[in-house]
This record gives sequence, structure tokens and C-alpha cells, in this order.
Amino acid sequence: MTAVGTVVSDVWTMAGREVLHWRNRPGLKVFGWLFPVMLMGMFTALLGGALGQASGGDYLAFVMPGVLTMTAFFGLDGTMAGVAAESERGVTDRFRSLPTSGLAVVGGRCAADLLDSVVALAVVAATGLVFGWRPDLTPAQALAVVGLLLLLRFAMLFAGVYLGLKAGPEGVQSVQIAVWPVLFLSSVFVDTATMPGWLAPVADANPLSATTTALRGLLGFPVGPDASWLAAHAATFAVVGPLLLLVLFVPLSTSAWRAGRR
Amino acid sequence: MPPAIAASAVHKSYPAKPALDGFDLEVPRGTVHGLLGPNGAGKTTAVKIMATLLAPDAGSVRVAGHDTVTEGAAVRARIGLVGQYAAVDEELTGRQNLVLFGRLSRLGRRDAVRRAAELLDRFGLAEAADRRAGTYSGGMRRRLDLAAALVVAPEVLFVDEPTTGLDPAGRREVWDTVRALRDGGTTVLLTTQYLEEADALADRVSMLAHGRIVAEGTPADLKADLGGDRVHLTPRDPADAARLAALARPHAAGPVETADGVVRVPLTDRATDLPRLAAALTDLPLADLSLHAPTLDDVFLHLTGDGAEALAKTNTVKEKI
Ligand SMILES: Nc1ncnc2c1ncn2[C@@H]1O[C@H](COP(=O)(O)OP(=O)(O)OP(=O)(O)O)[C@@H](O)[C@H]1O
Ligand SMILES: [Mg+2]
Repeated sequence: MTAVGTVVSDVWTMAGREVLHWRNRPGLKVFGWLFPVMLMGMFTALLGGALGQASGGDYLAFVMPGVLTMTAFFGLDGTMAGVAAESERGVTDRFRSLPTSGLAVVGGRCAADLLDSVVALAVVAATGLVFGWRPDLTPAQALAVVGLLLLLRFAMLFAGVYLGLKAGPEGVQSVQIAVWPVLFLSSVFVDTATMPGWLAPVADANPLSATTTALRGLLGFPVGPDASWLAAHAATFAVVGPLLLLVLFVPLSTSAWRAGRR
Repeated sequence: MPPAIAASAVHKSYPAKPALDGFDLEVPRGTVHGLLGPNGAGKTTAVKIMATLLAPDAGSVRVAGHDTVTEGAAVRARIGLVGQYAAVDEELTGRQNLVLFGRLSRLGRRDAVRRAAELLDRFGLAEAADRRAGTYSGGMRRRLDLAAALVVAPEVLFVDEPTTGLDPAGRREVWDTVRALRDGGTTVLLTTQYLEEADALADRVSMLAHGRIVAEGTPADLKADLGGDRVHLTPRDPADAARLAALARPHAAGPVETADGVVRVPLTDRATDLPRLAAALTDLPLADLSLHAPTLDDVFLHLTGDGAEALAKTNTVKEKI
């Protein structure tokens, strides 16, 4: 086998290991996939009435792009917790003592995490459809939606690997708490225009807002004429934001991974 | 043929302190070598360096004829590692674990499945093969751990404290496995805190203290260096202690000490000295008699010169007489 061939085969084997984890404990995984749906239900059923009036009627259609963004963002948590737990385990040392390529452990996790998020996004989208969400999309727009979500998830992958390697188990807990304010201080659930004047720009600068607002544009919920400059250029920032995160976290996570091998 | 392991002048420091400080080791092929040392001596660090998991700060290590730093992949293709803490995936079943390690060791899918079944049988895990490893007992997990290191027969096997935390039956199983491997031609480097374990398994033993080898030899050599056993005698009447010490003195290998009503008599060879001593004491009623071996810690303190008095302080581990 060529060198590239062996790396691919090792990554495939390690990704298969993650999938076996899911199969051995299906409950855990299914709950993980249903969690965004639960939040979605909470926001549309409980708060949707009140929030819907503020955002002009169809709250489900308004919130679906946000819920999809949130689901991609939650991948951060999964990757980070997975990497942190793995680095604590003796089995990681064994992987490193095998003639397996060094990238296989992280590569396998990344491949499996992407698959995990794709399933979670599909579950959320399907639930939306069941409850009457009717996005009106050309194939090109649909591709753009999927692309933006996967780009965000991809950035979260490297951020997660870095944080998981660096933060350790206590750090993981802090980050798990910190994701909530990041999530709520964005346009995911509400229009930032309804926030206090000093807070709205902060929320608009949140990369989650950029992705959410860009998705809304594609899914028939364009921003109003009085939108902030950041919101008006959300499509650009939805691409630039994750790319900046990648520029930051790809080298950081690679060097943290190398340091772990010392 | 080069030796299985050749380490010379290895140094490794963690941010806080040095863990290995001039570590040298040579292990011939086909032998079992014991690396003996107390907590924190640097055993795990040494194993990790030899297994290519850590790079040394200085010095060189060759395993199965290859340098661990510049030819890491070649070394990894020839070794097996059983770490100090069970290194199996607890979320996978025993069988899934072994197939996974087989695949990662470059076995084809079908070969990996067949090899896994063979090993599960051999290690008495066939029945539990399709249960998650997380549900295994400590002994079963350790056996799975060993099996995982043997998926592809290694030239050199590293086992870090293989029996810590196992019950006597589990310990015996691990010992039998190590012996069988040695008989099959595998070189085994095993670390342990137990002199008894090194004695039972190892052809040669190296004692590690503060990151360097302080003594090396066959188990018999080392034990002779450690000084012999000690008998603790407690007279029924504490007033008899002085008379007891006087009676014991002709049979003692060194000074007889009395503390807290207990008379401590060093012996050269317990098999011959103990019956003579006992015969000399028939007239004096005893409340207790026990035989004590110096602990590894005592030996370690003695060898590193941290305090000769530590040797005089006999330990609390009672041997069955
Ligand atoms: N990752 C680490 N960071 C900092 N110090 C470490 C690290 N690993 C080990 N040490 C220190 O290096 C020294 C040697 O540790 P090592 O684990 O090699 O000892 P050991 O002989 O295996 O001990 P034990 O019997 O407890 O397993 C110890 O003082 C330990 O505290
Ligand atoms: Mg250790």
C-alpha cells in the first residue's frame, strides 16, 4: 500500500471505531442527535408564540436556520469532549505504539465527528419538515446552505481538537458552560435588532450570527433594510469567520497534537 | 544479532524534575528482564521512551536493532506494549478491540477477525468476547490487554506493572503468559514494584532509583545484596526481652535490636538459621514470632544511600513461614 493509502485506511479504521462506539451504546448517541431537536421544540412551542410576534409571524421558519447553525456549533462540544477523554485513556498510548500513522487517531475522530454532525443536521431538518417548515430552495441555494453549515462545523472540529487537547476534563466543563452565552448572544433565536443598542453589535459580530443570518438570507428570511452593516454582509462573514477560525486553530491544534507525542 | 534493547545515557526531564538521569540498559534477545523500582522511579517513563511514545532529551535507545527516535516506525512494527493502566477501548467489546488492533497493525480484515478469535480462546475470553470491555473484571481486562499486544507476535514486549491490582489467580495467569511468550522466543521487559514478581519471572533484574540503574543482576544476586530476613520475637512477658535477645545473639547475622518489646534478629539464611534459633528458645514462652523480608523501599534507600537506618527498620510485610 502507498503511504497515502495506509493513512486513509488507518483513518477509516479509526472512524469505524467511533461508529462502533455509537452502535454499542445507541442511547447516548440518539440522545445527542435529539438534543438540538429538544431545544428547537422548546423554542418553537414554548417561546415561539412570544418570539414569533417580535419577528413577524412564522417563528419556525425564522428559527430553523438558527437551529441548524446551533447544531453545527454543538459539534464543538462533541469533538472537544471526545478528544479530551481520549487523551486521558491508556488506549491512546497503545495506538501510538502501533505502526499506525500518527494522524489516524485525530483523523478518524474528525471523520466520525463530521458524520455525526451530518446526521444531527439531517434529524433537525427532518423534524422541521415534519412540523411544517417549507424552505423554498434552488439546488444551488441548498448546496450553499449545506456548505456554510459544514464550513462552520469544520472550524469547530479544529477548535475542538485544540481545546480538548489543551483544556483537560475541567476545561471541557468550562467550555461546555461557555457555549451557552455564545449561543444566546447571537441571532440564532432572535433578531439582534431587538437587543439593547449596545449589545446588538456584539451579537452581530458573533460568527454564529453570520452563519445564521446568511442561512436566513438563503432560506427566504432576508434581513430588513435597517440591519447593521455586519448583518447586511452576513454571507461574506459566514465564510470569512470560519476561515479565520481555521487559520487560527489548524496550526494550534496541529502543534498541540505534536506536543502530545513528545 | 543486536540485543533486543540497548539504552545508553538516557535523560528525560519533565518540567518539574528529571525522570530519567543517565539510564542504561541492555537486554539480550529471548530473555525476560525485570525493571524494578518504587513509585516514581521512572519505570513508566523508561518504557514509554523504549516504546517510542516519548523522545529522550539525550542519550539513545535501540530496540530490536532500530533507533527509537529516527526509526520509530520500524520499532513500532516490532514491539508490543502493555501499559501500566489497561489500554483497551472500554466502549468496545473484547472482540472489537482485538480486531481493531489487528487492523491497525496492518492485518487484513479477515486475518484480523481470525486472529482475534484465536486470542480470545487462548486467553479464556471467548465467552465474554461480545461484551463491552468496560464490563470486564480487572483480571479479564488485563488479559485482553495482553492479548492486544500479541495480535501480531512482537519481537520485544513491554509490560508495565502487569499484575498491580490483580488477585493471586489473575497474577498467576499473567505470569504463565509471560513465561509462555519467553519460551516462544519473545523478549519481555517487565516493570514491577514487587521483588517477588521479578524473582518469579525475570532472568535478570535492574533496579531503578531516581532515574538511573543502581543495581543489576540475577534475582538471586540482588537478594543477596539486600541483606537477609529478620525474625521478630515477642516474649510473652515483656521483662524477658533482654534474656531473649541474649539467647538469640549467637544465631544472629548482625546486631540484635529490641524496640517496643519486640526483639529483632537478622538472619543470613532463614532455612538453616530459623530452626536453630527456634531450638534455642524452647524454654522461653513467646507471644509471637514472625519473619520479615526487607521491602523494596528499604533496598532502594540502602542502595541510594538515603539512609542506612532504613534497612534496620524492618517492614510490616509478614511472610508465611
Ligand atoms: N507527564 C508528567 N509530567 C510531569 N512529571 C511526570 C510526568 N510523568 C511522570 N512524571 C514524574 O516523573 C517521575 C517518574 O515517573 P514514572 O511514571 O516514570 O515512574 P514509575 O516508576 O512508573 O512510577 P509508578 O510506580 O508510580 O508507576 C515521577 O516523579 C513522576 O512524578
Ligand atoms: Mg509507572
